[in-house]
Amino acid sequence: MKKNTEKIIQVKNLVKFYGDKTIIDEINFHIRANEFLTILGPSGCGKTTLLRMIGGFETPDDGDILFEGKSLLNIPANKRPINTVFQKYALFPHLNVYDNVAFGLKIQKKPSAEIASLVQEMLRMVNLQGQEQRDVNSLSGGEQQRVAIARALVNHPQVLLLDEPLGALDLKLRKNMQMELKNLQKKTGITFIYVTHDQEEAMTMSDTIIIMNRGRIQQIGSPVDIYNEPRNAFAADFIGESNILDSIMLKDCLVKLQDVEFPCVDKGFEENEAVLTVIRPEDIDILPPGSGFLDGVIESVTFLGMHYEIVMNCKGINWLIHTTREFFAGDQISIQVDPNNIHIMKKEKDHEII
Amino acid sequence: MKSFKEYIAYPYGLWMLIFIAVPLLVVVWFSFLSNPDFKAGVYTFTLDNYQEFMDPVYLELLYRSFLYAVIATVICFIIAYPLGNLIISLPGHRQNLMIVLMIIPMWVNFLLRTYAWMVLLSGSGLISQFLGMLGFQDVSLLYTQSAVILGMVYNFFPYMLLPIYTSLKKIDPDLLRAATDLGANHFQMFVKIKLPLSLPGIVSGSMMVFMPAVSTFVISNLLGGGKYMLVGNLIEQQFLTLNNWNFGSAISMVLMTIIFLVLGIARLITGKELDTGGQLL
Repeated sequence: MKKNTEKIIQVKNLVKFYGDKTIIDEINFHIRANEFLTILGPSGCGKTTLLRMIGGFETPDDGDILFEGKSLLNIPANKRPINTVFQKYALFPHLNVYDNVAFGLKIQKKPSAEIASLVQEMLRMVNLQGQEQRDVNSLSGGEQQRVAIARALVNHPQVLLLDEPLGALDLKLRKNMQMELKNLQKKTGITFIYVTHDQEEAMTMSDTIIIMNRGRIQQIGSPVDIYNEPRNAFAADFIGESNILDSIMLKDCLVKLQDVEFPCVDKGFEENEAVLTVIRPEDIDILPPGSGFLDGVIESVTFLGMHYEIVMNCKGINWLIHTTREFFAGDQISIQVDPNNIHIMKKEKDHEII
Repeated sequence: MKSFKEYIAYPYGLWMLIFIAVPLLVVVWFSFLSNPDFKAGVYTFTLDNYQEFMDPVYLELLYRSFLYAVIATVICFIIAYPLGNLIISLPGHRQNLMIVLMIIPMWVNFLLRTYAWMVLLSGSGLISQFLGMLGFQDVSLLYTQSAVILGMVYNFFPYMLLPIYTSLKKIDPDLLRAATDLGANHFQMFVKIKLPLSLPGIVSGSMMVFMPAVSTFVISNLLGGGKYMLVGNLIEQQFLTLNNWNFGSAISMVLMTIIFLVLGIARLITGKELDTGGQLL
């Protein structure tokens, strides 16, 4: 299938207040057709509010939301070509599986034979064939989830909004549903806007991730870009694990960390500017004592299956290191980092690290 | 071995036996006895008491009781449902305030409230004076059918409001958003989601207004001035004035049977148990 790169939704200078609290602060981004976009952020960062404004359940205080170039703001929620999968599914408890899924089609006054075939087809797609007559209250969490997705998708929306849809499921089911959602998205070609606070979920499913904190976008990019090149300390900390260290940029490509000079690849900072250095735990190499940049003592070792997680103390600062080799608490080691794996970030006052 | 929790229910069980089950059986028993024999200490089984009630005079009275109770219930519903919706749309602390305001009149004694209405409705009362200023002279609303129905609505209104408020409050706002999201306009959302989900509250509220209204005798006595006798008045009269406990018991049995039938129908309407609260049954 040819990738459609048309901008289906554009969010422009969007602002939302609750009282005198700014929930959404001048947000700009766009979504391309067929894209799987994830809005990722901690609870209270404004991601659900943003989704509700796109869905039409909240009115922005400023800015605009465009759908295929035209403003959505004057179109009520029930007329938008957008459907939503709600956080706790919001299945209608007095209707059975069939009537829940058929709800939107009945509102559209489609002929009942057509409704029946569309509902059957959709239930097959989410693996719920033969469950039409079941009471939705008797379904398991995973099944309710599927009904909620079927109920939204059966209307063939151009955009599907998903508000932490997997939050209530256990880990294993969540993993399966992640794959199924991704497959459904590819199969239907519908643009998905997915909201979550789970960074792993965002990484595995998305084409594009928007990281939000305190009503602002911290970074927009593909999962690989965000992981490898986090734009600020918040993004680095939120996606994966990181060592985030106060340091001084001596000059281009040279940073001073714990009084030791590390060669790096970043440029464009002022001389002697105070910066933050971000190093991923898996990017740290362990060498015999005295042969690397920094020496330290291992404080703890945790076996995590794929690798060991080591906490090394170097002059009072703890470093997180991932390695496949076995070490023991108390071992003296030395560490070294490839210049490409050292990421220098500006210190930003309002980007508090969680 | 039974747990403490099970034993703790025993006193209540005993209470129910002495003060509910036994009196009820006595009423059933009395209703099948003939009056003169009862006084002479001779017990004769008879259906006369029930047959006597089939008299058109009494049936009309029964019909009037039902009519008034139904009208009062419908009026309560018409006021309570929109009011319940209004209250849940308020912020949390204002909701509590509104509910308390609705309940406060219930802290005042029932008789006192009804006497207060007598004063308000009488020829020299505030309402008549107000109507007089508008040009309607000498209007006394007291001792009319409207006054009786007004008394029922006023006294039993909180019993309608509270279950409706509870069932509306328990509807997850996301359900209403979901209906809108799927294309429903306000009317469709109301008919297809809100109304069915608040039905248990409507039914139990209606029952809680209907039951005391259909059997009341105080309201019809005080505000109807005895002109509009209801079944409750008839029963009261049989027991307290005419001393015909047997006929009184038979009327009570008829009334109770009809109430049970109505409750059964209400249960059918509510259908399967919905977890939306506000149920009485």
